Amino acid sequence: MSQPIQYERYQRQLILKGFGIEGQQKLKQARVLVIGAGGLGCPIMQYLVAAGIGHIGIADHDKVSLSNLHRQILFGTEDIHAYKVDVVKRKMFSLNSDVNIRTWNERWTQQHCIQHFPDYDLIVDATDNFASRYLINDACVLMGKPLVFGAVSQFEGQVAVFNQLQADGSRSVNYRDLFPIPPTDGEVLNCAEGGVLGVLPGTIGAMQATEVIKLITGLGKTLSNRLWNYNALSQEVFIMQLVSNPASLQHIPKSQEQFISTDYEWLCGITQKGINEIDMLQWKENFLNHLFVDIREPHELPRLNSFCSSLGLEWMELPLSSLESKLNNLLGRNVVFVCQAGRRSMMAADMLVKASPESSVFSLKGGVDILVEKNLI
Amino acid sequence: MIEVIFFGQLTDATGVSSMMVEEVSNTDMLINLIKMRYPSLESSKYMVAVNNTMVTENTILTPGSKVAFMPPFSGG
Repeated sequence: MSQPIQYERYQRQLILKGFGIEGQQKLKQARVLVIGAGGLGCPIMQYLVAAGIGHIGIADHDKVSLSNLHRQILFGTEDIHAYKVDVVKRKMFSLNSDVNIRTWNERWTQQHCIQHFPDYDLIVDATDNFASRYLINDACVLMGKPLVFGAVSQFEGQVAVFNQLQADGSRSVNYRDLFPIPPTDGEVLNCAEGGVLGVLPGTIGAMQATEVIKLITGLGKTLSNRLWNYNALSQEVFIMQLVSNPASLQHIPKSQEQFISTDYEWLCGITQKGINEIDMLQWKENFLNHLFVDIREPHELPRLNSFCSSLGLEWMELPLSSLESKLNNLLGRNVVFVCQAGRRSMMAADMLVKASPESSVFSLKGGVDILVEKNLI
Repeated sequence: MIEVIFFGQLTDATGVSSMMVEEVSNTDMLINLIKMRYPSLESSKYMVAVNNTMVTENTILTPGSKVAFMPPFSGG
């Protein structure tokens, strides 16, 4: 509205059949909110900004770290320790200064949804944890916003469009229709725990940006009521037709008040009650006499053999996948569990505490990643 | 024969991404069989699709049915 469209910048999409000036105007008038400026958020931002979306909000409380760079290729080594959203804003201005960008460098909460969702036409979930995903999904359902969902795991990714307004006035299915109850923390591995192929979030983020552009311009058929699953190893795509699930409605807050009082971190088991986390120092000072149990799968590196023998620890490897069937071996024992990043070890500790309440059980905070970071391995 | 396919980290438990199963006539029977074979799936979250369409309750399977087990992904 302020400035006319730059024909030369958008020429290659303006000439597309069904796109034209009208499509470009729709993009210019659109307001999109992207939550998460990591592996998914970076490519989403790049393509949306390049395409000429009028206004984009971007939220992420994280700062750039070295372990981000293998997949978050918008960032450079010199950006380490800077807020991701600050780097994104600077780089996006250089890519296309037509686009207005608003940033939030704080954790996205219920209050943010209620205050800011009304300002946006659609929401993009580019987060990396279930607590945020369920929070955003529920807010979109409550506030009537379409949601472009994307997620990755190791070599696979998923994309879907949730809660889109349909011709009959109803909304397409949402994430709660697929998985009514969130998995607890550690039940499903995140990127820090399970790893992710660097290029994969690029593929999935680009798919999400595609869906955003289709939603805004009305081009094509979106992934509404469909889940698109991609496997980078086999290059196979599996599309699943989604249906509404009666269990979904029971779990979505019915009002803004109920939404605000929902503790998503607790629902997703991030703040587990009664499990004692200990850090390196506490462990080395007080609990080296506990049996040290590495619950990682055999392919996860580095292994702890030499580390444990140098400390003279009593230790064993017991992968989480077989822990349930071998829990008997640990009954009555005092145990410190360790995994890669300290999340699955919380689950293992939870299992043993329930089976053996008399045991003294701990989870090593930060897991093997901390041992590596402190150059102990 | 029923073709069963697994996605994401469910394959860590099964060791395979697909398998053929005989003599199951509905999804409940199939899920019980799979859980018996791979006990660690007991606590796993997944949704089930029959012939590429999600199902939310017990669904009849016929020879040639393709059943998918899809877990949630959290990474980004």
